[in-house]
Amino acid sequence: MTSAPTTEPGLTTSPPQTPGEAPGRVAPRPRRVVPLWGWLVAVVVIWWVASRIGDGRAVLYLPGQETTDFQDRFTDLKADLIAGRDTNVLMQVVGAVSDAFNGVVEQLQGLVSTPDLPRPVPQIGWLGVLGIAGWVSLAIAGWRHALGTMASLAAVGLLGYWVDGMDTLIITFFSVAVSLALGLPLAVWMGTSRRVNAVVTPVLDVLQTFPAFVYLAPMALFFSLGPAIAVAVTVLYALPPVVRISAHALRSVSETTIEATTSLGQTGWQRLIKVQLPMARPSIIVGVNQTMMAALSISVIAGFVNGPGLGKPVLRALTAGSNQVGVAFIAGASIVFIAIMLDRVTTAASERSELVARGGGGNRRTHRIVLAVAGAAALVSVYVSRTYFSFAEFPDTEVGPKVAEAVQSATDWTTSHFSGLTTGVQETVTTVFINPLQDLVAGSPWFVTGLALIVLSQLLAGWRGALSSLACLTGIYVTDLWYDAMVTLTSVLVATLFVMVVAVVLGVWMARRRLVDRLLRPLLDAAQVMPSFVYLIPVLALFGPGRFTAIVAAFIYAVPVATKLVADGVRQVSETTVEAATAAGSTPWQLITKVQLPMARGNLVLAANQGLLFVLAMVVIGGLVGGGALGYDSVLGFSRGEFFGKGVSAGIAIVLLGIMVDRVARGAAERDRSAPGLLARLRTRTPAHHLS
Amino acid sequence: MKLRKASAITGSLATLPLVLSACGGGDIAAEEKENESQVAAAGDCGELNMAVNPWVGFAADAYVVGHLAETELGCTVNYKDLKEEVSWQGFGTGEVDVVIEDWGHPDLEKLYFEDQGGDGSAVEMGPTGNVGIIGWYVAPWMAEEYPDITDWENLNDYADMFETPESGGKGQFLGADPSYVQFDEAIVANLGLDFQVVFSGSEAASIAAFEKAEANKTPLIGYFYEPQWFMSEVPLVKVNLPEFTDGCQDVAQDVACDYPETQLQKIVATEFAESGSPAVDLVSNFQWTNDDQNLVAKYISVDGMSAEEAAATWVEENPDKVEAWMS
Amino acid sequence: MSESSPALQVDGLWKIFGQRADKVIGTPDALLSRADLKAKNGCVTAVKDVSFDVAPGEVFVVMGLSGSGKSTLVRCLTRLIEPTAGQITIDGEDVTKASESQLRELRRHKVSMVFQHFGLLPHRQVIDNVAYGLEVRGVKKAQRRQQAGDLVDLVGLTGYDESYPDQLSGGMQQRVGLARALANDPAILLFDEPFSALDPLIRRDMQNEVVRLQAELKKTMVFVTHDLQEALKLGDRILIMRDGEIVQIGRPAEVVARPVDDYVRDFVSDVPRSHVLTLEYVMRAPTPEDSREGPVMSMDTIVRQAAQAALASAHPVQVVSDGKLVGIVDDDAILRVVVAEESVPTAPTKQAV
Ligand SMILES: Nc1ncnc2c1ncn2[C@@H]1O[C@H](COP(=O)(O)OP(=O)(O)OP(=O)(O)O)[C@@H](O)[C@H]1O
Ligand SMILES: [Mg+2]
Repeated sequence: MTSAPTTEPGLTTSPPQTPGEAPGRVAPRPRRVVPLWGWLVAVVVIWWVASRIGDGRAVLYLPGQETTDFQDRFTDLKADLIAGRDTNVLMQVVGAVSDAFNGVVEQLQGLVSTPDLPRPVPQIGWLGVLGIAGWVSLAIAGWRHALGTMASLAAVGLLGYWVDGMDTLIITFFSVAVSLALGLPLAVWMGTSRRVNAVVTPVLDVLQTFPAFVYLAPMALFFSLGPAIAVAVTVLYALPPVVRISAHALRSVSETTIEATTSLGQTGWQRLIKVQLPMARPSIIVGVNQTMMAALSISVIAGFVNGPGLGKPVLRALTAGSNQVGVAFIAGASIVFIAIMLDRVTTAASERSELVARGGGGNRRTHRIVLAVAGAAALVSVYVSRTYFSFAEFPDTEVGPKVAEAVQSATDWTTSHFSGLTTGVQETVTTVFINPLQDLVAGSPWFVTGLALIVLSQLLAGWRGALSSLACLTGIYVTDLWYDAMVTLTSVLVATLFVMVVAVVLGVWMARRRLVDRLLRPLLDAAQVMPSFVYLIPVLALFGPGRFTAIVAAFIYAVPVATKLVADGVRQVSETTVEAATAAGSTPWQLITKVQLPMARGNLVLAANQGLLFVLAMVVIGGLVGGGALGYDSVLGFSRGEFFGKGVSAGIAIVLLGIMVDRVARGAAERDRSAPGLLARLRTRTPAHHLS
Repeated sequence: MKLRKASAITGSLATLPLVLSACGGGDIAAEEKENESQVAAAGDCGELNMAVNPWVGFAADAYVVGHLAETELGCTVNYKDLKEEVSWQGFGTGEVDVVIEDWGHPDLEKLYFEDQGGDGSAVEMGPTGNVGIIGWYVAPWMAEEYPDITDWENLNDYADMFETPESGGKGQFLGADPSYVQFDEAIVANLGLDFQVVFSGSEAASIAAFEKAEANKTPLIGYFYEPQWFMSEVPLVKVNLPEFTDGCQDVAQDVACDYPETQLQKIVATEFAESGSPAVDLVSNFQWTNDDQNLVAKYISVDGMSAEEAAATWVEENPDKVEAWMS
Repeated sequence: MSESSPALQVDGLWKIFGQRADKVIGTPDALLSRADLKAKNGCVTAVKDVSFDVAPGEVFVVMGLSGSGKSTLVRCLTRLIEPTAGQITIDGEDVTKASESQLRELRRHKVSMVFQHFGLLPHRQVIDNVAYGLEVRGVKKAQRRQQAGDLVDLVGLTGYDESYPDQLSGGMQQRVGLARALANDPAILLFDEPFSALDPLIRRDMQNEVVRLQAELKKTMVFVTHDLQEALKLGDRILIMRDGEIVQIGRPAEVVARPVDDYVRDFVSDVPRSHVLTLEYVMRAPTPEDSREGPVMSMDTIVRQAAQAALASAHPVQVVSDGKLVGIVDDDAILRVVVAEESVPTAPTKQAV
């Protein structure tokens, strides 16, 4: 291995940690007299007793429709912004950018999605788009993927969402392009300067956790409604993955290689272009893929501010209620097709480019001939699509309505038959799990809960964990949303617990049975990219509005990621270890509990952390289905101008909760030396949106 | 081997359009010409930016007006799916011309109405004719089974029945979509009701809850309103709160009365109102009844028509009403 | 010791790692032991006041235990690590004062380095790895490929031009590293434990390779290793470091024969002395009674080579330098070295050079 120094890049790049102070690295830690779980239990018991004594006092409850001075300050700020919008220089400048965005998107729309007046149809019709997309996929990913791409696009058309699908693609591609244009230089800068890295990383953290809902309305003051703001919102949300992963990849380029090439007299620029970028390329492509997936995952939110694309039909169906679940589903399915298509093609393209770069990938001459032939076919299809109406506008088919109807009757049947049962489940879980935990976390006096959380952080993650919890909790206290934050924390913890239980069960099952894996994986991929708005209505119909429903929605969103991580972790346990354990006479149960799960611990921690962040990302959606607390506050802030400040405060509190749990998880992982590389993966959040 | 396979595929790809084109449709070039001449002859309407706030009734109004503007006046209508807050922001930038149905937003009026100290980017353009009735509603089966539940004074007798795991030992009152102006927390407190407001978070969630309550015959009370297409599916029954009097809702914390009946208003951008576009008259003249709106809304949400189709259908069926607006 | 001016001259070189390293130089703190300084302000003295010269064509070996500062020292020579204080002169040019671009020129034309972990570019073929140095200095593609091709042949990798590094064994990868360093045709080659990641047989091959190349190309080399065998095999002179300081510099035999302290003695204790010691270190002063009929040998004959002739003869070996008799080696002196592995001769005749 030439990369010895990079196996634990996270550790060596950790800025505040000087080698001397790392606990447990110098000498083995002495065994605790009282085991960790003993301390944890003790803390919880004391906490519970204190909460009984507190009896609902000092919980800092703020009614749903009330605000405080701290929160109103943001509202005033926004009012000032509106009042001065004709003279605000920043707004004028952004306005220019906004116009440029609009211009580009409109050009692209005229090209493939909307009539390019006076043409009654876009310049290139559906057949031409199919031809070009197929050709591009063929060129970069191979003929299988070319077929897959054309099939996916055709499916979107058949479902009746050709135009919206094109719009979604346009916004996605353009946003990704902007993200790369901004993100790659930033990543390079972060990759070369430790200080920049230290400054930008928290900003990225915030961008990824701050609910987009909250900044939609103020963004609309800067960017014009429609394409421009859709692109802006998408870029803000999609930028972090590529920056984070690329910067990390650039930093992780083998120290020796850099040194060796520097010793040959390269300039800094040559180092970047000839050494760092090429060596980081595979990771950068993963980053691009992630950015693409993130862009798609926010496409529905962009629909709230008139962003063109599939978000609109999804939201429209949502307002039309339970009769339109089928319609929402097919619009959502179109997003799923596009997401899976983009994911597969970019992944295959990166693998293939690696192969081709090494002179593999089959005969080049043959490849060129195939491309030329296919290119001619694509051109013909473009020509045809410019000439005939039926190849310009995707023909109306009965497929979409039929599928919608089938899905509709399936959901109707399910909801009408199971709603009694599901109500029981909802009531039981709420009474048995959520309420007692909430009584403890949110129902204790604030200082008791605060202290308890800090002590727990210390136990799990050491002093640094405790310190960051202290800082985050202080921040939450300042937002005047303590009670709501604690209710949200409770829901988040319960949801993550359910996610992990199911992820472990499914993950182990998938790891042990290839067939199960093959069947479940596409489903998980689809569930991961299916916009949650699609399943809100059926979930509501089954469980009614409430915290449990919010938890279910978060659960559906977070389970796929966690499950895949667990499955991968268990599968990575070495064959020989499993063989040895089997030879020693382990039962399958023993094998799972004593060998496979413990050895997959790194991935389990990662799955829990990712699961948590995904659940947290759904807090706002939860607010739409009765989850209350911070989610409700955010939605309220977006919906009503006079509560804007409360929404912002809720956003801040969500970010702080995210940082708190994430730091505790990292701290715990940092102490856990059994899983090398884990910390780096936690830092880059590599697998976040990645499919399969 | 590989080559043959791949070129076979691309080959068949190339022939596909040719085969299909045999049954191909009309002539794009011809229509393009036609459009060009139309553009030259186009009227003076120009673009009309219609906000579409996220509820079906709104879409009904917006698309009926939009449909007429397009077909009768030759406007280019841009529908913009936006929430209220953002729509109003758009008046000042020219991105939104019309918010066709407004339920009353004191805070926004303060920001954008000149006479209320705002920047003057928006003005009222009269009522839509729809009357908004906001209030507390129960599922129909309850009103049948417990007739006296529709009087607020009896609510405490039933509080137990409404208890859920969400409501912390009290009766649950289902609060509304946060978009709506609402005082339920204050009303509960000031009337001394043994209830806890639990916010549904969205209209969709409220509807789902009422639908479920009616289907399973479970108790439910909450904030609702009409006109709303859902009322035709499940006719919720209104609970009478102490009658609304002028000023009784002025101080949010002290509210202890029912919501007033609201004349739904049309709000337009000042710039648009002064533009002299023929669409201004259309918007200004537009007025219809709750039943009209409910019908279009039903086309959309129950019959599954697109908003455009629904609007066109209704316009076709009601030439006399339309006639009055176009004069 | 040499007629021409040195190829490389190091004078009072310091490298202290840490936040305020440059503030330490010149204060009494600088003289603290490494552990004490670290305890005091967290700085680590990796190289401590090191001075030496290397003559053109000489193979200069740097040895020491892990952490003694060898890697830091060689990296300071071309400022891959910025020295804290001191002066380095290469080919008459003061490296420590060189500007960025002068430094690049130096690295491009005069000094190349071979690394322990190869540091090859995984995304480039062997030939392009070798050509990298030429590429960064702007040599045209055709020309650099041709030059690189010759070097690939020179290091014995003919036919592997188009392979990728991960398709090669460790030994082959290091040959690529070597070829890459040679491609710039530098006067000086630096090696940082180039063979320690290789297994013993391959390592011996590679050492022979270096010996061969050295015979062929006559480069000046600074060679870091912690393998004494290697040091003895390749080195004209050896520098032994401990905690950043020079403990001893000398020719191999000298270091083995006269370790200055226990650290060095420990270091050399495992060496088969007969393979290293020259007669110089085992002879005694001649006396008039000594027989003058034994074999005549030069002072730098290695004991083992002398052994057979010496033992075959009934007379003691006469050691001559410049045609003059300088010492006598008895059979038992030879036996003491060859059989008993002792080194200390009864009485040294004169100080080593
Ligand atoms: N970047 C650095 N920052 C701080 N201390 C360093 C750094 N690099 C090296 N050191 C310290 O300097 C000392 C000398 O290290 P160096 O790598 O030169 O030793 P070495 O003799 O090459 O060891 P080895 O045989 O293990 O390669 C060590 O104590 C090391 O901890
Ligand atoms: Mg070293």
